[in-house]
Amino acid sequence: MEWLPTSASTFAPGVDFILWLVTIISVLSCIVVGAMLVYLVVKYRRRSDNDSTPAITHDSFLETLWTVIPTILCVVIFIYGYVYYDEYTTTPKNAIEINVTGKQWIWSFDYANGKKTLNDLYVPVNQPIRLVMQSTDVLHSFFVPAFRVKQDLMGNRYTYINFTATKEGVYDLYCTEYCGTAHSDMLGKVHVLSEAKFAAWEDGSADKAKKASAANIPPAELGKQLYSSKGCVACHSIDGADGVGPTWKGLFAKNRVFTDGTSANADENYIKESILYPGEKMVEGYGPVMPSYKGLLDDAEITAIIEYIKTLK
Amino acid sequence: MSEAQESNYLENGHGFKSWFYTVDHKRIGVMYLWAIGVFFVLAAIASFLVRAEHLTPGQTIVSADTYNVLFTLHGAMMVFLFIVPGVAASFGNFLIPLMIGAKDVIFPKLNLYSFWLYLAGAAIFLIALAAPADTGWTFYTPYSIETGANVILITFGVFVLGFSSILTGINFIVTMHKLRAPGMTWDRLPLFCWAAYATSLLQVLATPVVGITLLLLIGERYFGLGFFDPAKGGDPVMFQHFFWFYSHPAVYIMILPAMGIISEIMPVFSRKPIFGYKAIAYSSLAIALISFLVWGHHMFVSGQSKLINIIFSVITYAVAVPTAIKVFNWLWTMYKGSIELSTAMLYSLAFIFLFTIGGLTGLFLGALAADVHLHDTYFVVAHMHYVMIGGTVFGFFAALHFWYPKMWGRMFDEFKAKIAFVLIFIGFNVVFFPQFIMGTLGMPRRYFNYAPEFQTFHQISTYGTWIIGVGFILMLWVLMRPLPGKAEGNPYDSLSLEWSMDSPPGTFNFDEIPTVTEPVYNYGTKIEAEE
Repeated sequence: MEWLPTSASTFAPGVDFILWLVTIISVLSCIVVGAMLVYLVVKYRRRSDNDSTPAITHDSFLETLWTVIPTILCVVIFIYGYVYYDEYTTTPKNAIEINVTGKQWIWSFDYANGKKTLNDLYVPVNQPIRLVMQSTDVLHSFFVPAFRVKQDLMGNRYTYINFTATKEGVYDLYCTEYCGTAHSDMLGKVHVLSEAKFAAWEDGSADKAKKASAANIPPAELGKQLYSSKGCVACHSIDGADGVGPTWKGLFAKNRVFTDGTSANADENYIKESILYPGEKMVEGYGPVMPSYKGLLDDAEITAIIEYIKTLK
Repeated sequence: MSEAQESNYLENGHGFKSWFYTVDHKRIGVMYLWAIGVFFVLAAIASFLVRAEHLTPGQTIVSADTYNVLFTLHGAMMVFLFIVPGVAASFGNFLIPLMIGAKDVIFPKLNLYSFWLYLAGAAIFLIALAAPADTGWTFYTPYSIETGANVILITFGVFVLGFSSILTGINFIVTMHKLRAPGMTWDRLPLFCWAAYATSLLQVLATPVVGITLLLLIGERYFGLGFFDPAKGGDPVMFQHFFWFYSHPAVYIMILPAMGIISEIMPVFSRKPIFGYKAIAYSSLAIALISFLVWGHHMFVSGQSKLINIIFSVITYAVAVPTAIKVFNWLWTMYKGSIELSTAMLYSLAFIFLFTIGGLTGLFLGALAADVHLHDTYFVVAHMHYVMIGGTVFGFFAALHFWYPKMWGRMFDEFKAKIAFVLIFIGFNVVFFPQFIMGTLGMPRRYFNYAPEFQTFHQISTYGTWIIGVGFILMLWVLMRPLPGKAEGNPYDSLSLEWSMDSPPGTFNFDEIPTVTEPVYNYGTKIEAEE
């Protein structure tokens, strides 16, 4: 059985060392307390109502002993906690900065070269990264267990995370500050790529390759993948359940009534407009919370999502 | 026996009015006991639903929004209606005057008023259930300002409950200063009273802060004042500072009285003086004072400065040491004793062991680098429940059994009560131990949905709630059905004053105010003298 998540950052080994150190201290302490407890209870169990007991009220040696030992252990644990924390909070000079925005219930990432991604963070391996983070609404918290990093995001100031990924792979990203209905669906992935792959991703050639392979799968199938990977899942159900946004089940060709009293048929053009300019036509009963997907989805992807919605009857 | 003492406090007057308008500290204590018992059951039901929801990822029995309401209600009811007022107001009221040799608390009418305030706060809380909040019991801004749920009513309920706490605290402090019987010097004061004293200090000093904070929150929600919402120029982290400035000391409001209970029970069933009386008494005060200076350890990843984090981490470890001292003192009280494993003693021993686990897992969270990983995961949930259930609730159950004869004048079925204890002990560990592992693996708390790899842990945890649930029901059943026959005044040969009169006590406790001539836990010497 695994006791710890995958270790994939330079910070993780330090955290794991503390976790193991304190685990050992804790297990030993529990054994000491448990053994003392059982031993005393068995050895000095009541034998008769007239058992004589000595009037021991204190013992300076013992009391000093169990003051000093826990104090020493606490000091040691504090120091390790401090040392690794200090390392984690000190930004390396050559760090690449990526801007992170948390919003109910989507992560978005802005890279130095103008690229923007939703819920998927791409970073090169062995390269110090500095995340500059803020929220546009309530508190969120950026947590990647494999990196052992976590930091809250808020609306009135930037917060930061430093990490250096050490292993290529795809790692879970969670929101760990309660943020409402879809808090537990505010998920993402961190893609740690080799230097070459990251460069390919950065200049877009990886995107093209990905799209070429995407071209080989049916549009509705691609739409289904995008539904999860682009974060639609957080607000739109596919089973008719009401969420933050309207359900996609039976949405296509349905008559929609908007907050301004007008109405329209949910055809292809309406859905495309709602994806690119979600504030234009607000369906009655829902708030203006959806971000624009302009620049985040290309036309083929939007078509794929529309095809997927058509299958949800 | 004088005229006034012929009937005991339970029989002195019948009917609703004789209870609702009583100024008898014992009756008020009993009424608190019933009230907190009701909310304990309601809050426990909410938690069983939360756990049942986690049997599968995604929706099992309720929607995400209902789930968010359920964990909010569970937390808020447990904290504000059960555990904060819980032991201090119920057993504190019942026991403090009996233990210090007084006829009542010093302000009996204020005491009744505190209870009414508790009822008023609880009533507001219950009305708020019509449109329940979904903020978590911590009411973090700006979510608590932006959510469509009704936050004002529930926080106003908590605000009113706070006044009940403050007034009870003042009452207890003054009672212990002014009404101790002749000879009841501070170093003869039972340790439950010391713990209640420390608790009362915290209630008087810390509770106003949460009151003010919740008023600010209400002001922000209702009048749009920008204290905490960044959109209005406020600071959400300031809310967390205010909230934890109260809520961390509140952790000790919850645990200190239980520590006091254990300190009473260990000597009686070991027939030994408590080991290190002074260390336990002073460590209660030390814990109370230091607890005001550690609130920031709830906020290591909130965005507060690095230096502040380091300082809070240091002070947090300083509070760990007096706690460790207490554990060893309780244990060593049994050394060379004559130990009877009564139900109350079993709960006390379980308290010592489970509280040790709760305390040790706090060491993980106090270490800055480790907390960055563990914060807001199930590890914290498990740690907190080991302290609050393994600690406070087990202490509370120990008290329910220990003072049962004194409170009700009857005995209960020890054997069946022990079966209930075993179920509760096993069930508790099955619920919460897997959560340590799950949290370390990265499972965030307050998650309606979760990744499939955590399902086994969630399922084990949920099965545990069924075991502990059966245990609770059995315990209640045993306590509701006392054995025939009257309890003796002092069935355990205890030396403290509350056992020196009939069970249950008369309305005025003592015919004559007793004079205390020896230390409170004078067990060994007494038995030696008899030989």
